[in-house]
Amino acid sequence: MLPIGHYLFLSLALFIIGAIGVITRRNVIVVLMSIELILNAVNINLVAFSRLYGDVAGQVFALFIIADAAAEAAVGLGIIIAFFRNRETVLADEMDLLKW
Amino acid sequence: MLDKVIFYFFSGIAVGGAVLTVTRRNAVHSAIFLITSLLATAGIFLQLRAEFLFIVQIILYVGGIMVLFVFVIMLVNLDVAVRQIQFARQKWVALVIALALAAQVGLMLWSSAKMPGQGLPVLAAAPANQLPLNSEEVAKSLFDSYLLPFEIASVLLLVAMIGAVVMAKKRT
Repeated sequence: MLPIGHYLFLSLALFIIGAIGVITRRNVIVVLMSIELILNAVNINLVAFSRLYGDVAGQVFALFIIADAAAEAAVGLGIIIAFFRNRETVLADEMDLLKW
Repeated sequence: MLDKVIFYFFSGIAVGGAVLTVTRRNAVHSAIFLITSLLATAGIFLQLRAEFLFIVQIILYVGGIMVLFVFVIMLVNLDVAVRQIQFARQKWVALVIALALAAQVGLMLWSSAKMPGQGLPVLAAAPANQLPLNSEEVAKSLFDSYLLPFEIASVLLLVAMIGAVVMAKKRT
Protein backbone atom coordinates (compact mmCIF):
# COMPACT_ATOMS: atom_id res chain seq x y z
CA MET A 1 0.00 0.00 0.00
CA LEU A 2 0.98 3.65 -0.35
CA PRO A 3 1.98 5.76 2.69
CA ILE A 4 -0.97 6.35 4.99
CA GLY A 5 -1.05 10.09 4.27
CA HIS A 6 -2.45 9.50 0.76
CA TYR A 7 -5.51 7.76 2.16
CA LEU A 8 -5.96 10.34 4.91
CA PHE A 9 -5.99 13.20 2.40
CA LEU A 10 -8.43 11.39 0.09
CA SER A 11 -10.70 10.80 3.06
CA LEU A 12 -10.36 14.44 4.16
CA ALA A 13 -11.28 15.68 0.66
CA LEU A 14 -14.39 13.47 0.48
CA PHE A 15 -15.41 14.49 4.01
CA ILE A 16 -15.13 18.22 3.24
CA ILE A 17 -17.07 17.89 -0.03
CA GLY A 18 -19.80 16.01 1.85
CA ALA A 19 -19.90 18.66 4.59
CA ILE A 20 -20.24 21.45 2.02
CA GLY A 21 -23.10 19.53 0.42
CA VAL A 22 -24.90 19.13 3.75
CA ILE A 23 -24.64 22.86 4.47
CA THR A 24 -25.41 24.37 1.06
CA ARG A 25 -27.99 22.17 -0.66
CA ARG A 26 -31.71 22.93 -0.25
CA ASN A 27 -32.94 19.56 -1.49
CA VAL A 28 -33.18 17.19 1.48
CA ILE A 29 -32.54 14.09 -0.67
CA VAL A 30 -29.20 15.50 -1.83
CA VAL A 31 -28.39 16.38 1.80
CA LEU A 32 -28.89 12.69 2.67
CA MET A 33 -26.60 11.73 -0.23
CA SER A 34 -23.92 14.07 1.14
CA ILE A 35 -24.20 12.33 4.51
CA GLU A 36 -23.54 9.03 2.71
CA LEU A 37 -20.39 10.64 1.24
CA ILE A 38 -19.22 11.61 4.74
CA LEU A 39 -19.77 8.09 6.11
CA ASN A 40 -17.91 6.69 3.11
CA ALA A 41 -14.92 8.96 3.79
CA VAL A 42 -14.73 7.61 7.34
CA ASN A 43 -14.75 4.05 5.98
CA ILE A 44 -11.67 4.78 3.85
CA ASN A 45 -9.80 5.89 6.97
CA LEU A 46 -10.79 2.78 8.92
CA VAL A 47 -9.81 0.38 6.13
CA ALA A 48 -6.48 2.15 5.48
CA PHE A 49 -5.44 1.92 9.13
CA SER A 50 -6.67 -1.66 9.30
CA ARG A 51 -4.35 -2.52 6.40
CA LEU A 52 -1.45 -0.58 7.92
CA TYR A 53 -1.57 -2.33 11.29
CA GLY A 54 -2.62 -5.72 9.90
CA ASP A 55 -5.59 -5.74 12.29
CA VAL A 56 -8.95 -6.64 10.81
CA ALA A 57 -10.98 -4.80 13.50
CA GLY A 58 -11.06 -1.64 11.37
CA GLN A 59 -12.83 -3.50 8.59
CA VAL A 60 -15.37 -4.86 11.09
CA PHE A 61 -16.15 -1.32 12.20
CA ALA A 62 -16.45 -0.24 8.56
CA LEU A 63 -19.09 -2.96 8.22
CA PHE A 64 -20.97 -1.52 11.20
CA ILE A 65 -20.82 1.94 9.61
CA ILE A 66 -22.28 0.56 6.37
CA ALA A 67 -25.13 -1.02 8.37
CA ASP A 68 -25.65 2.33 10.08
CA ALA A 69 -25.76 4.12 6.73
CA ALA A 70 -28.41 1.70 5.49
CA ALA A 71 -30.56 2.28 8.60
CA GLU A 72 -30.12 6.04 8.34
CA ALA A 73 -31.05 6.10 4.64
CA ALA A 74 -34.18 3.98 5.24
CA VAL A 75 -35.48 6.13 8.11
CA GLY A 76 -34.47 9.43 6.48
CA LEU A 77 -36.17 8.62 3.20
CA GLY A 78 -39.28 7.46 5.10
CA ILE A 79 -39.37 10.85 6.84
CA ILE A 80 -38.96 12.62 3.48
CA ILE A 81 -41.90 10.69 2.00
CA ALA A 82 -44.10 11.48 5.01
CA PHE A 83 -43.09 15.15 4.84
CA PHE A 84 -43.67 15.39 1.09
CA ARG A 85 -47.17 13.95 1.57
CA ASN A 86 -48.02 16.72 4.04
CA ARG A 87 -46.28 19.79 2.60
CA GLU A 88 -45.57 19.01 -1.10
CA THR A 89 -41.94 20.10 -0.86
CA VAL A 90 -38.48 18.61 -0.31
CA LEU A 91 -36.64 21.88 0.25
CA ALA A 92 -34.94 22.17 3.62
CA ASP A 93 -35.60 25.87 4.18
CA GLU A 94 -39.35 25.46 3.71
CA MET A 95 -39.44 23.08 6.69
CA ASP A 96 -39.89 25.92 9.15
CA LEU A 97 -42.85 24.94 11.35
CA LEU A 98 -40.68 25.05 14.47
CA LYS A 99 -38.97 28.29 13.47
CA TRP A 100 -39.88 31.36 15.46
CA MET B 1 4.21 1.97 -9.15
CA LEU B 2 1.13 0.06 -10.21
CA ASP B 3 -0.31 0.65 -6.73
CA LYS B 4 0.14 4.37 -7.21
CA VAL B 5 -1.55 4.41 -10.64
CA ILE B 6 -4.52 2.44 -9.30
CA PHE B 7 -4.83 4.67 -6.23
CA TYR B 8 -4.76 7.94 -8.18
CA PHE B 9 -7.17 6.58 -10.80
CA PHE B 10 -9.78 5.56 -8.23
CA SER B 11 -9.32 8.54 -5.94
CA GLY B 12 -9.66 10.93 -8.88
CA ILE B 13 -12.95 9.30 -9.86
CA ALA B 14 -14.12 9.32 -6.23
CA VAL B 15 -13.38 13.01 -5.66
CA GLY B 16 -14.77 14.06 -9.06
CA GLY B 17 -17.94 12.05 -8.47
CA ALA B 18 -18.34 13.61 -5.03
CA VAL B 19 -17.95 17.15 -6.40
CA LEU B 20 -20.52 16.49 -9.12
CA THR B 21 -22.89 14.89 -6.59
CA VAL B 22 -22.92 18.08 -4.56
CA THR B 23 -23.16 20.51 -7.50
CA ARG B 24 -25.67 18.98 -9.96
CA ARG B 25 -29.12 20.58 -10.13
CA ASN B 26 -31.06 17.41 -10.83
CA ALA B 27 -31.28 14.94 -7.95
CA VAL B 28 -31.20 11.96 -10.33
CA HIS B 29 -27.85 13.14 -11.73
CA SER B 30 -26.59 13.55 -8.16
CA ALA B 31 -27.59 9.96 -7.44
CA ILE B 32 -25.74 8.66 -10.50
CA PHE B 33 -22.55 10.54 -9.60
CA LEU B 34 -22.85 9.30 -6.02
CA ILE B 35 -22.91 5.74 -7.39
CA THR B 36 -19.73 6.54 -9.37
CA SER B 37 -18.01 7.86 -6.26
CA LEU B 38 -19.03 4.84 -4.15
CA LEU B 39 -17.86 2.38 -6.82
CA ALA B 40 -14.47 4.14 -6.97
CA THR B 41 -14.26 3.84 -3.18
CA ALA B 42 -14.92 0.11 -3.58
CA GLY B 43 -11.90 0.03 -5.91
CA ILE B 44 -9.79 1.66 -3.21
CA PHE B 45 -10.97 -0.97 -0.71
CA LEU B 46 -9.82 -3.64 -3.16
CA GLN B 47 -6.46 -1.90 -3.51
CA LEU B 48 -6.21 -2.08 0.30
CA ARG B 49 -6.88 -5.86 0.07
CA ALA B 50 -10.24 -5.65 1.86
CA GLU B 51 -12.07 -7.99 -0.51
CA PHE B 52 -15.06 -8.60 1.73
CA LEU B 53 -15.74 -4.88 2.19
CA PHE B 54 -15.32 -4.38 -1.57
CA ILE B 55 -18.17 -6.79 -2.26
CA VAL B 56 -20.30 -5.45 0.60
CA GLN B 57 -19.82 -1.89 -0.67
CA ILE B 58 -21.03 -2.81 -4.15
CA ILE B 59 -23.95 -5.01 -3.07
CA LEU B 60 -25.18 -2.92 -0.15
CA TYR B 61 -24.39 0.68 -1.11
CA VAL B 62 -24.70 0.60 -4.87
CA GLY B 63 -27.27 -2.19 -5.05
CA GLY B 64 -29.37 -1.41 -1.99
CA ILE B 65 -29.15 2.13 -0.70
CA MET B 66 -28.95 3.76 -4.13
CA VAL B 67 -32.04 1.90 -5.36
CA LEU B 68 -33.81 3.28 -2.29
CA PHE B 69 -32.67 6.81 -3.18
CA VAL B 70 -33.72 6.57 -6.83
CA PHE B 71 -37.05 5.10 -5.78
CA VAL B 72 -37.75 7.98 -3.42
CA ILE B 73 -36.68 10.54 -6.06
CA MET B 74 -39.27 8.91 -8.33
CA LEU B 75 -41.95 9.03 -5.59
CA VAL B 76 -41.49 12.71 -4.75
CA ASN B 77 -42.05 14.34 -8.10
CA LEU B 78 -39.16 16.74 -8.57
CA ASP B 79 -40.06 18.42 -11.87
CA VAL B 80 -40.94 21.60 -10.02
CA ALA B 81 -38.02 21.40 -7.63
CA VAL B 82 -35.40 21.29 -10.42
CA ARG B 83 -36.38 24.78 -11.58
CA GLN B 84 -36.06 26.27 -8.10
CA ILE B 85 -32.86 27.61 -6.58
CA GLN B 86 -30.82 24.61 -5.47
CA PHE B 87 -28.38 26.27 -3.09
CA ALA B 88 -29.21 27.95 0.19
CA ARG B 89 -27.65 31.33 0.94
CA GLN B 90 -25.02 29.71 3.13
CA LYS B 91 -22.21 29.56 0.60
CA TRP B 92 -19.84 31.63 2.72
CA VAL B 93 -20.66 29.73 5.89
CA ALA B 94 -19.91 26.51 4.02
CA LEU B 95 -16.66 27.89 2.65
CA VAL B 96 -15.51 29.04 6.09
CA ILE B 97 -16.39 25.70 7.67
CA ALA B 98 -14.63 23.74 4.92
CA LEU B 99 -11.50 25.88 5.20
CA ALA B 100 -11.54 25.61 8.99
CA LEU B 101 -11.83 21.82 8.75
CA ALA B 102 -9.01 21.56 6.22
CA ALA B 103 -6.81 23.93 8.25
CA GLN B 104 -7.46 21.99 11.44
CA VAL B 105 -6.48 18.63 9.96
CA GLY B 106 -3.57 20.13 8.01
CA LEU B 107 -2.24 21.83 11.15
CA MET B 108 -2.59 18.58 13.07
CA LEU B 109 -0.64 16.64 10.44
CA TRP B 110 2.02 19.36 10.16
CA SER B 111 2.54 19.77 13.90
CA SER B 112 2.56 16.03 14.56
CA ALA B 113 5.30 15.68 11.93
CA LYS B 114 7.39 18.22 13.90
CA MET B 115 7.41 16.18 17.10
CA PRO B 116 10.00 13.41 17.25
CA GLY B 117 8.39 10.01 16.84
CA GLN B 118 4.89 11.50 16.78
CA GLY B 119 4.17 11.91 13.04
CA LEU B 120 2.09 9.67 10.86
CA PRO B 121 3.05 6.02 11.31
CA VAL B 122 5.70 5.09 8.76
CA LEU B 123 5.89 1.37 9.51
CA ALA B 124 5.54 -0.76 6.39
CA ALA B 125 2.33 -2.73 5.97
CA ALA B 126 2.59 -6.49 5.53
CA PRO B 127 3.26 -7.50 1.91
CA ALA B 128 0.10 -8.41 0.06
CA ASN B 129 1.01 -12.04 -0.59
CA GLN B 130 1.43 -12.77 3.13
CA LEU B 131 -1.98 -11.54 4.23
CA PRO B 132 -4.41 -14.10 5.69
CA LEU B 133 -7.65 -14.74 3.84
CA ASN B 134 -9.69 -11.57 4.24
CA SER B 135 -13.26 -12.88 4.55
CA GLU B 136 -12.21 -15.55 7.06
CA GLU B 137 -10.41 -13.00 9.22
CA VAL B 138 -13.39 -10.62 9.15
CA ALA B 139 -15.77 -13.43 10.08
CA LYS B 140 -13.52 -14.61 12.93
CA SER B 141 -13.26 -11.11 14.35
CA LEU B 142 -16.96 -10.34 13.82
CA PHE B 143 -18.31 -13.46 15.50
CA ASP B 144 -15.66 -13.68 18.20
CA SER B 145 -14.61 -10.30 19.58
CA TYR B 146 -17.49 -8.24 18.21
CA LEU B 147 -20.46 -10.56 18.70
CA LEU B 148 -22.40 -8.15 20.94
CA PRO B 149 -22.03 -5.14 18.59
CA PHE B 150 -23.11 -7.45 15.75
CA GLU B 151 -26.33 -8.33 17.58
CA ILE B 152 -26.93 -4.68 18.46
CA ALA B 153 -26.49 -3.76 14.79
CA SER B 154 -29.11 -6.34 13.80
CA VAL B 155 -31.54 -4.90 16.36
CA LEU B 156 -30.79 -1.42 14.95
CA LEU B 157 -31.63 -2.61 11.44
CA LEU B 158 -34.90 -4.12 12.72
CA VAL B 159 -35.82 -0.85 14.43
CA ALA B 160 -34.94 1.14 11.29
CA MET B 161 -37.08 -1.18 9.16
CA ILE B 162 -40.11 -0.79 11.43
CA GLY B 163 -39.52 2.97 11.63
CA ALA B 164 -39.31 3.35 7.85
CA VAL B 165 -42.54 1.36 7.36
CA VAL B 166 -44.39 3.42 9.98
CA MET B 167 -43.10 6.73 8.52
CA ALA B 168 -43.99 5.93 4.92
CA LYS B 169 -47.37 4.34 5.74
CA LYS B 170 -50.51 6.25 4.75
CA ARG B 171 -52.23 7.65 7.80
CA THR B 172 -55.62 5.97 8.22
